[in-house]
Amino acid sequence: MALLETDSLIKDFRGFRAVNDVSLRIEEETIHALVGPNGAGKTTLFNLLSKFLQPSAGRILYRGEEITALRPEQIARRGVARSFQITSLFEQLTILEHVALALQADTALGYRFWQSERVLDQFRERALAILDEVGLRDLAEREVHALPYGQKRSLEMALVLARDPALLLLDEPTAGMGREDVERMIALIRRAGTGRTVVLVEHNMGVVAELADRVTVLQRGSVLAEGTYAAVRDDPQVIEAYLGQTHA
Amino acid sequence: MRVQLRHRLGYLTALLVALALPQVIYPGLALDIVVWGLFAVSLDLLLGFGGLLSFGHAAFWGSAGYAAGLAAKHLGVPFPVAVLAGVTVAVLLALPIGYLSIRRQAIYFAMVTLAFAQMLFYVTNEWRGLTGGENGLQAIPRTFPGLTLPSGSAAFYYAALPLALLGYWLAWRAVHSPFGHVLVAIRDNEARAQALGYPTRRYKVLGFVLSAALAGLAGSLFALGHGFAALELLHWTTSGLVVMMVILGGVGTLWGSVIGAAVVLLLRDWLSTSTLTLAGVSLKDAWGVVTGVIFVLIVLSFRRGVWGTLLQLRLPRGGSRPAPRAGQTTAGGPSAADGG
Repeated sequence: MALLETDSLIKDFRGFRAVNDVSLRIEEETIHALVGPNGAGKTTLFNLLSKFLQPSAGRILYRGEEITALRPEQIARRGVARSFQITSLFEQLTILEHVALALQADTALGYRFWQSERVLDQFRERALAILDEVGLRDLAEREVHALPYGQKRSLEMALVLARDPALLLLDEPTAGMGREDVERMIALIRRAGTGRTVVLVEHNMGVVAELADRVTVLQRGSVLAEGTYAAVRDDPQVIEAYLGQTHA
Repeated sequence: MRVQLRHRLGYLTALLVALALPQVIYPGLALDIVVWGLFAVSLDLLLGFGGLLSFGHAAFWGSAGYAAGLAAKHLGVPFPVAVLAGVTVAVLLALPIGYLSIRRQAIYFAMVTLAFAQMLFYVTNEWRGLTGGENGLQAIPRTFPGLTLPSGSAAFYYAALPLALLGYWLAWRAVHSPFGHVLVAIRDNEARAQALGYPTRRYKVLGFVLSAALAGLAGSLFALGHGFAALELLHWTTSGLVVMMVILGGVGTLWGSVIGAAVVLLLRDWLSTSTLTLAGVSLKDAWGVVTGVIFVLIVLSFRRGVWGTLLQLRLPRGGSRPAPRAGQTTAGGPSAADGG
């Protein structure tokens, strides 16, 4: 069964069609990669799926239910978690506080302005366990602005995992990473993806080859090809689209 | 823990200062410092921790002042009940105003709040039957079962102080609550907070209403303490003055706002009785210019304000201090920039 579906999705920006008639089916418990040359509309499509952009036309269905008009926090509460490409964190919180904030989001504690922040200690154990999973446990008390880039990306994953989502939307999780960090991130996504559904926007074809069950290739806002990595890799249209492009 | 002990000593000192204040300066000025300080703290809650610069906070200070005055004058209720009426009116106004203004960001948010405050100013001016128009509400009584509390007296100061301290405590508690963490997170990165599942608009409205409630508490005590509510309470210069107090003290420091309020009010008081002249102009008539110059000098030399700079100087020597709590850190600068 498809967990996430789009039906003729279109996004126009002032006369420029960034996403053109895209119909996707993301099957449950698969890792599905969205790839394509620069400017193919991957990021726009990703932002439509995560509801940070409203489509100009078309529908988005999650578990068979229409979510086209919902806001980001509403789909977040239905079990969709997204990561950000540009590492997007809260500069003044510690690493532990970040994860606690993600765990707290499922409760109504956030409205309690009359209660001491000590009630957040209840999330400490779970937060530490999640940090352990992404290899940040020893840095739990550090403030985030002091973290190196690779570890900020790991924290980004920790925030996604803390939501215990059914669907993970990952925006270029390995962008700008060194080889070792990429290896660790692949392992992490594979573990996190077990029993879950993952949609991945990714430039690094090595990562796609390792992880993706299905690959959708976009070009100029439209779906050019779809299938397993091996199938799309050999597709002549895909090769042509990528000709002259570096594969990072 | 040493840090905790230092905090406790700090709060104890502040309490002693608050208790001694009407013995040192005249009680009317002491009350002004306490209630304007609370007003400034209410704005810092919104600006420093929510990243929202309201340029119309006089709306809540003033409407609460009028409501408390009307309740005391026409219903003859004891003054704490009049204060409650004032706070209620401020909250009821803040709900729609907050709901509509937080849809805009930064300078547009400031402009929308200013517009609402101006609307309220003109409505109050025109509604003479209720508000007294340009004459304002005169001779507001302050009753308390079994006691008379003359206007400008130390007696009223001490009667009002517990309510003001309750307001200060509430602001501190809100900053150090689960809500405070979410508010700071939204200020730093709203999209991220949304992606985690936080309905950020709802949180911002709650922050706005809380801030307005505290501004209303302060405004009620101010009007009752002086025994009158005038249009000046709602004037845009009142909104501007409280923003200035917060910036002087240090955005995002909470207690800095009290220092900012005290500096402005003491300066105004001192200049109003001063016989100093500068280039033939009596400083008495130019307190606005003098305050303005001092404001510019402080902002230029201490970008984090008076209190923010003091905290900054103290921190590097702290050694292995615990990680600062959300918002308690001194980096209020960026949020002020965002808010503006």
